[in-house]
Amino acid sequence: MKYLRPLFALPLLSISLLAASPAFAKDTGYIFVSSEKDNNISVLDAKTFEVVKRIGTAARPRHLQFSPDHSKIYAACGDGAAIDVIDVAKLELVDRIAGIEDPELFDISADGKTLYISLEDDGALGILNLDEYFAKRGEKPDLSVAEPAPPGETSEAEDDNADDEEEEDGDAAAIPGLKTVEVGEEPEGILLSPDGKTAYVTSEVANTVHVVDTASGEMKANIVVGNRPRRFALTPDQKELWVTNELSGEVTIIDPATNKVTQSIKFLPKGFRAEDVTPVGITMTRDGKTVVVGLGGSNHIAFVDVASHEVQDYVLVGERAWNVVLNRDNSTLYVANGLSDDISVVDVASRKVTKSVPVARVPHTVLIDD
Amino acid sequence: MIRRKSPLSPLLQRGEPSRQYGFGHRVSCLASPFAKGGLRGIFFLLVMLLGNAAMAADFTIGYLQLQNDPRYSSKHTFAQYLTQPLGRPYAGAQVALKESKFHGSAVGAEFKLQQVKGKDNADLLAQVDTLSKQGVHFFVVDAPAATVAELAAATKGKDILLFNISARENSLRQAQCQAHLLHVIPNYAMLSDALTQYLTVRKWGKALLLTGASPEDVQLTESFERSAKRYGVKIVAKRIFELSNDPRHRSQNNVALLTSEADYDVIFVADTDGEFARGVPYQSVKPQLVVGSEGLAAMAWHWAWERHGAPQLEKRFEKQAGRPMRDVDWAAWLAVKAIAEAVQRSASTDFAKLRDHLLSDAFILDGFKGKRLNFRPWDRQLRQPILLGTHNWVVERLPLEGFLHQTNNLDTLGFDQRDSNCKF
Repeated sequence: MKYLRPLFALPLLSISLLAASPAFAKDTGYIFVSSEKDNNISVLDAKTFEVVKRIGTAARPRHLQFSPDHSKIYAACGDGAAIDVIDVAKLELVDRIAGIEDPELFDISADGKTLYISLEDDGALGILNLDEYFAKRGEKPDLSVAEPAPPGETSEAEDDNADDEEEEDGDAAAIPGLKTVEVGEEPEGILLSPDGKTAYVTSEVANTVHVVDTASGEMKANIVVGNRPRRFALTPDQKELWVTNELSGEVTIIDPATNKVTQSIKFLPKGFRAEDVTPVGITMTRDGKTVVVGLGGSNHIAFVDVASHEVQDYVLVGERAWNVVLNRDNSTLYVANGLSDDISVVDVASRKVTKSVPVARVPHTVLIDD
Repeated sequence: MIRRKSPLSPLLQRGEPSRQYGFGHRVSCLASPFAKGGLRGIFFLLVMLLGNAAMAADFTIGYLQLQNDPRYSSKHTFAQYLTQPLGRPYAGAQVALKESKFHGSAVGAEFKLQQVKGKDNADLLAQVDTLSKQGVHFFVVDAPAATVAELAAATKGKDILLFNISARENSLRQAQCQAHLLHVIPNYAMLSDALTQYLTVRKWGKALLLTGASPEDVQLTESFERSAKRYGVKIVAKRIFELSNDPRHRSQNNVALLTSEADYDVIFVADTDGEFARGVPYQSVKPQLVVGSEGLAAMAWHWAWERHGAPQLEKRFEKQAGRPMRDVDWAAWLAVKAIAEAVQRSASTDFAKLRDHLLSDAFILDGFKGKRLNFRPWDRQLRQPILLGTHNWVVERLPLEGFLHQTNNLDTLGFDQRDSNCKF
């Protein structure tokens, strides 16, 4: 599963290495999976699916994303009030952006210098300038990790840390390099437009997609979508922005040129009722022809044809299928099943599950380093 | 319900609940200016007139409660009975108001709460009348069943919707039902069906029923008897308890005696007050589990529920109220959310449009319990999952897998259409 890194990534290497010792990314082929309840990131071999390592993090790691050069992984740790930085070559926790209250999902600018973070508790979009943060933050925070909690226990040590942090640092505004934009309660999905000028944010509570101008922090539009909107996918031609809506069981399609809703796609796998279908995760193939949606409580994923907006296939996976991720050549799809503690491996050509791999408790996000 | 915002109107609309209570009095003044103080009435009229001249539109939701409501006495809330409130649920409505800041933006409406504290039923009704004349159509009602029934009967046929957030009595959904009375709080039938489904799955098929004698306890008991019959749980004995220390009544006030000489898997305590029920666990003759009003109870909400975004809501509520969220708080929150959702979806503030959408199949409400919720057309009860909880954990969310219904599995809980005696 090794593929050549596209050339455009090369110039970025020199400017985006921020923390610890610069390590040039190599395609490790590893699969990284965050576990909300075991407070770690499992590293799996992509061929054997053996666990290579478990990297401990701050409490409740959820969303993961590579830096543009794949040298680092950022992990949003909700209960640990931190974004942890993992060195991909070393497979180690090397740094921490501390004091970010309840980060959920985030996106990274193309130059790797800015994080756009949904701050669930504050009802805000956080825009974090990483250079400024690392230059001005003072001491590197303590990198203690939350215990890989045995069943029934939470990670109290880490929670205490987070509380201390809060008292010292005050509110989120005190973090160097962090600006916030007020949005609806419980912001979740975040997508940065390819030109970096616009951030789209879902608010689960307001049933709204907020369109934020990243330079001014101004709200350009509030688009009413379905109920409990979660995550985004954008077509390569940028003509359609797809949004999953967990509670109304649909995907809303927005025209980014007009900020208007143009269509809605409903899902109904065989043997389920509309109210069981709770779409959350979404991803698009590189060619922009197919979208895959994780249908949550109905334990299926859906393949949708982008041109016709028709659902082509439903594939049965594990319980509460949320996050869906394609490998680089789009031959394999990974699905994080939050309630069966495993990931499903799906062959995209045949649209069949080839394997289901136990990972850790409540897997949230899968990343593939290929 | 649309009122214009003026520089003066915040004086009346914002601020502490006590100030809003003051506003309630001014409303009374308006209703009878000569009886209660003409000057203040005239001042209020003036403010209203000035208010009408200005810009952004307020969408006012009435919030009704009684000044004296024994369910919220400090003695009662201090005890923290498993199924009882920990305080007045107004904070729930306030949290919902904060969450709804974007819902009215398309129609330029800003949601406001108008808290009304009535001396008695007649006073509440008079204030509803006044607010209704000012264009308020939606009322969250936190009152005991008798008050809810009286309010609903008296406002029948008006352009009003009432949201019952704290009266669980089945009678309000059956004989006393009204087309404009919506129930956000689950009824006893839903709660006892949920618990009984669980007993069935656990194969705890024999229950000893201990019940109080109050009319509320009788409703709860009848509900459990109905559920037991429905799901095949056998009630091996029904015994009436009494909250006393009188040795002559020991067969009714002594838990050991009440629980002896019977063969049972669980003890179902029907105690809508809670004081007797809390003393039942660990006092029974047999080590069998206590369910119903203590031990394991069916609830609309539990602070420990950790799925479907529940912890975030719980956090917001605790920040507002300084205590965990209970059923009635959740219902107050959801009632306001329902109104905001209707405004957002119908992109309108027209009462008829909002009512039609609220009552339609297309209505989707997020109760943070994982399923889309809406109102049953036959009795206006909000269909919803029920949580089975102990004092610090949620054991199950109901309906359980395998309890199926021909159209919506949530309708395995409570009065299905064919069980309904409600006629609007």
